Amino acid sequence: MKIVKTRPELCNGCMECMLACSKTLYKVEDPEKSAIRVKKVDKKSDEYEIHVCDHCGECIPVCNTGATYKANNKTVRLDRKKCVGCYICVGFCPSNALYYHSDINEPIKCIACGSCTRACPTGAIFMEEK
Amino acid sequence: MSKITQKLLEMKKAHKVLQKMEYRFDKVEKGYANQTLYINLSDNTIKSKPVTQKMKDIFTGGRGFGLWLLWNAVSGDTKWNDPENEIVISSGPIGGITQYPGAGKSLVVTISPTTGSVVDSNVGGYFGPLLKFAGWDAIEIQGKAENDVIIYIDGNNGYVTIEEAPEEDVDSHLAAEQFTDMYADNEEDKRNVAVVSAGQGAENTLIGVLNFSFYDVKRQVARLKQAGRGGTGSVFRDKKIKALVVKYKGVKGDSNGPVDKQKIIKAGIKIHREIHDLDKDQCRMREVGTAHLTEIMNDYDLLPTMNYQYGSHPDAIKLHSDIFKQKYFTQNMADGCWYGCSLACAKGVDDFELKTGPYKGQKVCVDGPEYETVAGLGSNCGIFDPEFVIEGNFYCDTYGIDTISTATSIAFVMECYEKGIINKKITGGLELNFGNKEAAMELIHQMGQGRGFGKTVGLGIRRMKKLFAEKYGQDPRLLNDIGMEAKGMEYSEYVTKESLAMQGGYGLALKGAQHDEAWLIFMDMVNKQIPTFEDKAEALHYFPMFRTWFGLNGLCKLPWNDIEPADNAQTDEPAKVPEHVQNYVDVFNGVTGRNVDKDDLIIQSERVYNFQRIFNLKMGYGTREHDAIPYRSVGPVTVTEYESRAERYDKQLKELGYDIDGKSTKEKVKILREYREDQYEKLCDAVYKRRGWTNNGVPKLEKVKELGIDFPNVVELISRYQ
Repeated sequence: MKIVKTRPELCNGCMECMLACSKTLYKVEDPEKSAIRVKKVDKKSDEYEIHVCDHCGECIPVCNTGATYKANNKTVRLDRKKCVGCYICVGFCPSNALYYHSDINEPIKCIACGSCTRACPTGAIFMEEK
Repeated sequence: MSKITQKLLEMKKAHKVLQKMEYRFDKVEKGYANQTLYINLSDNTIKSKPVTQKMKDIFTGGRGFGLWLLWNAVSGDTKWNDPENEIVISSGPIGGITQYPGAGKSLVVTISPTTGSVVDSNVGGYFGPLLKFAGWDAIEIQGKAENDVIIYIDGNNGYVTIEEAPEEDVDSHLAAEQFTDMYADNEEDKRNVAVVSAGQGAENTLIGVLNFSFYDVKRQVARLKQAGRGGTGSVFRDKKIKALVVKYKGVKGDSNGPVDKQKIIKAGIKIHREIHDLDKDQCRMREVGTAHLTEIMNDYDLLPTMNYQYGSHPDAIKLHSDIFKQKYFTQNMADGCWYGCSLACAKGVDDFELKTGPYKGQKVCVDGPEYETVAGLGSNCGIFDPEFVIEGNFYCDTYGIDTISTATSIAFVMECYEKGIINKKITGGLELNFGNKEAAMELIHQMGQGRGFGKTVGLGIRRMKKLFAEKYGQDPRLLNDIGMEAKGMEYSEYVTKESLAMQGGYGLALKGAQHDEAWLIFMDMVNKQIPTFEDKAEALHYFPMFRTWFGLNGLCKLPWNDIEPADNAQTDEPAKVPEHVQNYVDVFNGVTGRNVDKDDLIIQSERVYNFQRIFNLKMGYGTREHDAIPYRSVGPVTVTEYESRAERYDKQLKELGYDIDGKSTKEKVKILREYREDQYEKLCDAVYKRRGWTNNGVPKLEKVKELGIDFPNVVELISRYQ
């Protein structure tokens, strides 16, 4: 299974990854609807943090509906049909890599498709075996 | 076709539809469906009633709606088993949101068989929220059916039926499973079906519960949560209701129609994170649920032991929550009784092989045990055996009898047996010594099945006291001292002797001796934060009002203070958990679009709380004399009890200026009693004053006017007591 891995030191904060992700997941270019998030370490800094799901699976046992599950390819996926939008998985994510948006009834979660890595101009994110 | 399916099909085929009503419903708006469902089983009426703005403004929802509907249905003469008595079930405007923990509760309101007055009981499971999403803020059931019936509400296809249902089992673990399987299209659909049922014990006792189901998709079993207090299940079976079944498919994060979902999500994620980070070091609710309390109560001498005579026992270690965690509770399950509950306290024991009774040898999923059941069936009966507690828990649930009232009643008859008040002839041969777990289990089966001495115990303590005094000539004063009930409801499982405020928490509770209005022992006894009568009265005003608010909104109390923010101790009023209070303000405003603040929550509650007190008055109670409590909850009844805490009691008497040198323990018991009983009366004085009530415990006319509950029949009623 390949997942998104990061080299934050290469990130220039262009947000192309977030736009690519939201476009893949929700057909819009809106960083607030992205499953990968880039933010400055602090306001004054030129350094960035990158938060993205590492498919650890800690969101699976906490889900009441069985919406979070391990797919055949071992990535952790969210079945939107089963999900009732409780956001326990968001609160319980050890990497803070699940998100919400009021237009969307379920958490926003990485599906390890790699579209963000393809959009990244600096190599700060890339696909690699877990 | 599988055998089970064939059996279910035959059961369903045996149904006879007595009435059907079709309805159209668009969607829930701002937390309300804006209509309630009225059913009369005597004449098979089904109709819709509008929810008016006035109802929302005055009663908010949930318990408030239940009380209002019931108030209009019964007279002061209505008895629990009269046809006009109703069972009303309602969640509340917040009930059904998925983003904040503890937001799927239902409130059951009825005239109680054991107290004779109005009772409310708060319960989890999916019924209340699914009922609302199906189009109904409340269901109100009046009348009595001739034969066993079910009420089926189909929220997707828009119809309600009353159906005779002769073949399904009555015991709840079977009934919940059968109705879930019967009405679900397939395995995935089962979570969209919720069942309310009561077992055979609800017919055979006056302490019946209602079991509210939720389908656990991971265990693949219909779990049960109980509306435990006050005999709601006995009313249900008296009406010959076998089950209420609601089906609604399509629950989503916006099903409750919130005005500002963002606000709710924000509060929800914040507390989910808190629970993730802090629960393991605070209450461990996710690991052991409320069972974590057993060892704490034992350590503080508060664990009821042998009918509340004592507060701890060396063998209590055998009931430690670590044992339940290691040997019994399945770990890492999503044990929320509604979606979004990250506190997940609904623990379960899986594959538990029953050793006794009609289901002996079967492996079952047991819901719980929770603290109350561990303390009640365990230490309070002098039985320190976790497997006895688990088995007793299972049978109480499936028979539909309240584990608290069952346990407290058994503890009472055990003390009566040991004191010679009753004997083997009366118990039908049961040797009811403390610790006799075989006899206690047999008694549970007798209660559930309506056999032998179980029929007597199932009447509850108030009726037993009368019976033992009148029929067997026993001393009514002693029976009143050791029979742990108030207003006719058996005590839940805390020793209150050393906390005057908590004595009031029980005695001044509207429905009877339940701790859900106020739990003040630590504030009072341990942390000594409320030393004066005025302090205690303030606590006995604020906390009952604040906690009432949960029941108006379809909420659970536990996520309020069984998890606390990391900096809670540094706030001005840690006992109130200010940050969580603000969460509730945000969630309420987010759902309803209103703009309330924390003080408004208290006013919302005060309206309903005072109305319920007046409802007690309507039913012939609700005055000072009915706030009396048994002396066992106030101080040591016997010499042995005194001597078990002699140092504490001697010290108290000396500090009060009594010369106790040379006094016998019997004399000291008497002196202490006079003092403590007087303290309780003074506490009542202070609380009534703080609540705006007369010295007889009746809300004053000006208070009622201020709250806007001055309906003509309310004014007429209380005017007689001003």
